[in-house]
Amino acid sequence: MRSTSTCTRSIRLIAPAIALALVAASCGSDDDAASSDSAAPADTGATAADDCAVESLPLFAAGKLTIATGEPVFPPWMLDDDPTSGEGFESAVAYALADEMGFAAEDVEWVRTDFDVAIAPGDKDYDFNMQQYSPTEERDQVVDFSTPYYNASKSVLALNSSAAATATTFADLQAASWGATIGTTDLDYLENEIGISDVAVFDTQSDVVAAMLAGQIDATVVALPSAFFLNAVELEDSVIAGVLPGAGDSATSDAMSLLFTDGNELRTCVDVALNALRDAGSLDAIAVEWLQGDGEIPNITK
Amino acid sequence: MTATDNTETSPAPPAPFRPSRRERVIPVLLSALSTIVVVTAVVFWVGSSAQWPRVQQQFFSWTAMKDAFPDVLSGFWLNMRVWVVAMVLILLFALVLAVMRSLTGPLFAPLRFFAVLYIDLFRGVPALLLVILFGFGVPALQLPGLPNGALFWGTIALVTGYSAYTAEVYRAGMVSVHDGQRAAAKALGLNQGQTLRFAVLPQAIRNVLPALLNGAVSLQKDVALLSVIGIRDSVREAQVIKDRTFNYSSFIVAAVLFLIASVPLARYTDWYSRRDAERRLQRTS
Repeated sequence: MRSTSTCTRSIRLIAPAIALALVAASCGSDDDAASSDSAAPADTGATAADDCAVESLPLFAAGKLTIATGEPVFPPWMLDDDPTSGEGFESAVAYALADEMGFAAEDVEWVRTDFDVAIAPGDKDYDFNMQQYSPTEERDQVVDFSTPYYNASKSVLALNSSAAATATTFADLQAASWGATIGTTDLDYLENEIGISDVAVFDTQSDVVAAMLAGQIDATVVALPSAFFLNAVELEDSVIAGVLPGAGDSATSDAMSLLFTDGNELRTCVDVALNALRDAGSLDAIAVEWLQGDGEIPNITK
Repeated sequence: MTATDNTETSPAPPAPFRPSRRERVIPVLLSALSTIVVVTAVVFWVGSSAQWPRVQQQFFSWTAMKDAFPDVLSGFWLNMRVWVVAMVLILLFALVLAVMRSLTGPLFAPLRFFAVLYIDLFRGVPALLLVILFGFGVPALQLPGLPNGALFWGTIALVTGYSAYTAEVYRAGMVSVHDGQRAAAKALGLNQGQTLRFAVLPQAIRNVLPALLNGAVSLQKDVALLSVIGIRDSVREAQVIKDRTFNYSSFIVAAVLFLIASVPLARYTDWYSRRDAERRLQRTS
């Protein structure tokens, strides 16, 4: 009697479960249905200049260039958490790019997103996202990247008391306790190039700094311009121990690109404008203005 | 005469309800049928979305799940260890708090006051904030004699917050023990401590065991909060992979691992409650 009703109940529970499993199995077969990457970077130069007139661009809001960035944004990429100022490297690049594409400065709109909003599928309320995204092959399968607007060397920022503070080779770096920001190629560099297995992973650069102040980690890998800022402003008791050698592997790329949704047709025109800025030397000039550090930083070798 | 006597002294139990085969099979068929109809409708509805192939590739990619599995699993092993250690500490500390709060007598006033204050304070603060305060704030004090590790302080944060909740669960159990039990214990000559130890707590804990297990499942998932202070648990490992590849399939792996850990606990709770209810019914009848 008791067992009968229990049995009936379990069947009632199991029946939907089986149905679900069947459905899940039937639609879980082909992963790569959507992985065909539409536009290769090679065809960017072929676009005629007329196609990139402001009125014919596929924009989120007509006549406006809507750019997304993080919340907060950090110097030296943008100053005072204010992307509209044109101050800071990325803000300056954004306004130079807008100008090159034919937008007036007041037609540039900024929205704030977090990392997940930028990479999740679905429609976005902006044209592209700009927050030091590094293009990699894996990422390129689900989003699109512009041609890079900057190549940042990676550097080691260490507390003065850290074993990494005086390092000159990768072997010297092993003894430090490491942390890095999630979603950065800095983390991949630590794990795959330097070979650190227990890197603590934090949500934001501020959390990495907090962990260094709390003494839970004593060294981190960041882009050199960020290291200059952190060393000067946030972590007085620290030293930029050295610049790391560039990695050949695209998974630990140093490049920074604008992030587009997969197949966004605006990208070709943005690439045309970025290439023009690079060829004219404007990108380098902006980098010199905002990303120059003081002093000679030694190199760390393998 | 004899027959009437029998019915008066021990009435025959009501005939047990026996559903016919038909009554048993039809609900099963109906539930299966309605489930298939609903699931099929949902699948067609979702599948018809132009974004579905993209979502499938980014959330349910089998190859991405396989790639993510070893790292997420090693993170999950950390989850389980933190969970077990924290659970033991919470069950002990919360019991101490609950007993402190339930003590009567003017001499115990400071203990009662401490327990009330502690529970009010730490039950009211979000667990995430406790983890950040304990994980980043306390180690920065560099207290001598205490470890500085994020894992240590993160676990302490979970124990601190969850103890406040669990103490209240214990207390609810103690309140639910009938006053007659205390009176009976007193009549037997037991003092306050003995009454707690032998009469109140055994019944109280049995009463609230499902609620305690519920808290255990909740804690199992909240261990993931430690990821904000740099601990690489399964959720953080999944996030690292997601942020590297922009593919969320690693999250599905983590979700399935959590389910594998929590569903047996939930079924055990169900089973325990049912058995407990049956035992009590037998005792009273």
